[in-house]
Amino acid sequence: MENSVLNIMDFSAYYNEKKVLGNINLDFEALNVTSILGPSGCGKTTLIRCINRMHELVPKTRIQGQVLLNGINLYSMQPEIVRKKIGMVFQNPNPFPNMSIYENVISGYNLNGIKLTNFEKDRIVEETLQKVALWDEVKSDLHDRGSDLSGGQQQRLCMARALAMEPEILLLDEPTSSLDPKAVKNIEKLIYELKKSVTIILVTHSIGQAARVSDFTAFLYHGELVEYGRTKTLFTSPGDKRTEEYLTGRFS
Amino acid sequence: MEKYRIYKNRLFSAVITILTVISIVPLIYILVLITMKGIGSINWDFFFNVPAPVGEGQGGISNAISGTFLLIILASFFSIPVGLLTGIFLSERAEGRFSYWVRVSADILQGIPSIVIGIIVYIWFVKQTGGFSALAGGISLAIMMLPVIIRTTQETLNLVPDSLKEASLALGVPYSITVLKVVIPAGISGIVTGILLSISRVIGEAAPLLFTAFGNPFMNMNIFKPVSAMPLIIFKYAISPFENWQNLAWGASFILIVFILVLNLFSKFVTEKWKTQF
Ligand SMILES: Nc1ncnc2c1ncn2[C@@H]1O[C@H](COP(=O)(O)OP(=O)(O)O)[C@@H](O)[C@H]1O
Ligand SMILES: [Mg+2]
Repeated sequence: MENSVLNIMDFSAYYNEKKVLGNINLDFEALNVTSILGPSGCGKTTLIRCINRMHELVPKTRIQGQVLLNGINLYSMQPEIVRKKIGMVFQNPNPFPNMSIYENVISGYNLNGIKLTNFEKDRIVEETLQKVALWDEVKSDLHDRGSDLSGGQQQRLCMARALAMEPEILLLDEPTSSLDPKAVKNIEKLIYELKKSVTIILVTHSIGQAARVSDFTAFLYHGELVEYGRTKTLFTSPGDKRTEEYLTGRFS
Repeated sequence: MEKYRIYKNRLFSAVITILTVISIVPLIYILVLITMKGIGSINWDFFFNVPAPVGEGQGGISNAISGTFLLIILASFFSIPVGLLTGIFLSERAEGRFSYWVRVSADILQGIPSIVIGIIVYIWFVKQTGGFSALAGGISLAIMMLPVIIRTTQETLNLVPDSLKEASLALGVPYSITVLKVVIPAGISGIVTGILLSISRVIGEAAPLLFTAFGNPFMNMNIFKPVSAMPLIIFKYAISPFENWQNLAWGASFILIVFILVLNLFSKFVTEKWKTQF
């Protein structure tokens, strides 16, 4: 693929010398949504945490291979810089509990000691909350606590917090697994909108979600990349028996 | 059978009520006694004068009140930074031999009798520096505050969910700033409560001050000179044969108890008002 921003090359990962990802090769297309699909425990979280180097927080992890961001090896950069370029949203919403909605959105700037004028702050907060379709719901309560919002709103706030830093890539780790169906629908709609401005990598174990929002799908099984391609192609004519079995619900 | 059960229940609650009363009665008795005996000595002189010599009126305990404040400030100056950093270290690096031994040391330190701490500071500090001083008193109180601050800081920070730390790190915030600006603010109420409780633990201690701050009949704010303190004055004057000195001891006891009460109420307030809901 010619327009890829991120290339994972011959990549393996270990916890305590136990191999959990083996020899992964994946190229992510710019301004597209790529799903990483697979049953629980197959290594999806590990894979995306290796992309923003959050896996380094777990002691005794080891990796092999390379991850290139625009052709540059991520592992030769400072982890803090990698994480500013590659934002992340977690499985459970985790807004900062002692910050307001407003402060949560610009927390990446405040915590990193990046000075902004009040005008710039207001602009970033409004634009980003607009982007995640939260502005209209919270514009009159910007100084209330972020943790008082509903689960779905909190998750959109967390997306705003990541997007405010203007990352090139946004990693979403099962962002809807703790939300009610209506909130899930809102977030899926949002993901579809967001790909205009940011490359999205979406971890999910929901076949339906991968089918609804993603352009490309990678099917991961037992730490191995079984199949990767356009979502449509992969879903209509899977090339591997295991993919087919997973898609038809023969195991989960 | 049913009757027997009801009977047993009644007996049980009766026993509990009686035991509760028995344990509360002495507390109430102490509070009432100290208030009655102490409140009479409290007047303008009591706060703004030093003790009068025998037979010349009553005087006050301004030297002891100011001394106690000086000692607490010195003790806090040493124990809060060290205690906080150690507590943070223990909660961030729970594993490992070194952390294990730091934890064990803090627990042992907490169990060492205060008089022993006084003697140790006397040998290691007072003798070396050539005399009793407020500084020596502050150090011995700091040693007593330290384990309380370490353990409450560590336990509070352990309750801060990892997901908050990850949220900050994922924004590219360096680890040290994440601890400073995200983890600690989330646990601040517990940390401050721990500090307040450690102060209320040492504010009434006479034993570690006997060989360190020593006492001083005059007002002193020089940290290199001996200084008085409320528990020292209570110790010395309560067992003296002079009535005016005994009255000062009662008054000082009353004020000390009020201090401790205020510290405890304030720490309750901090716990509730500053608490972070995760
Ligand atoms: N911190 C860790 N330490 C050791 N093993 C881990 C850790 N995190 C995950 N694993 C193991 O790695 C494998 C992949 O986990 P994970 O990446 O969380 O899968 P998924 O996100 O697909 O459910 C699992 O077998 C899991 O037990
Ligand atoms: Mg996972």
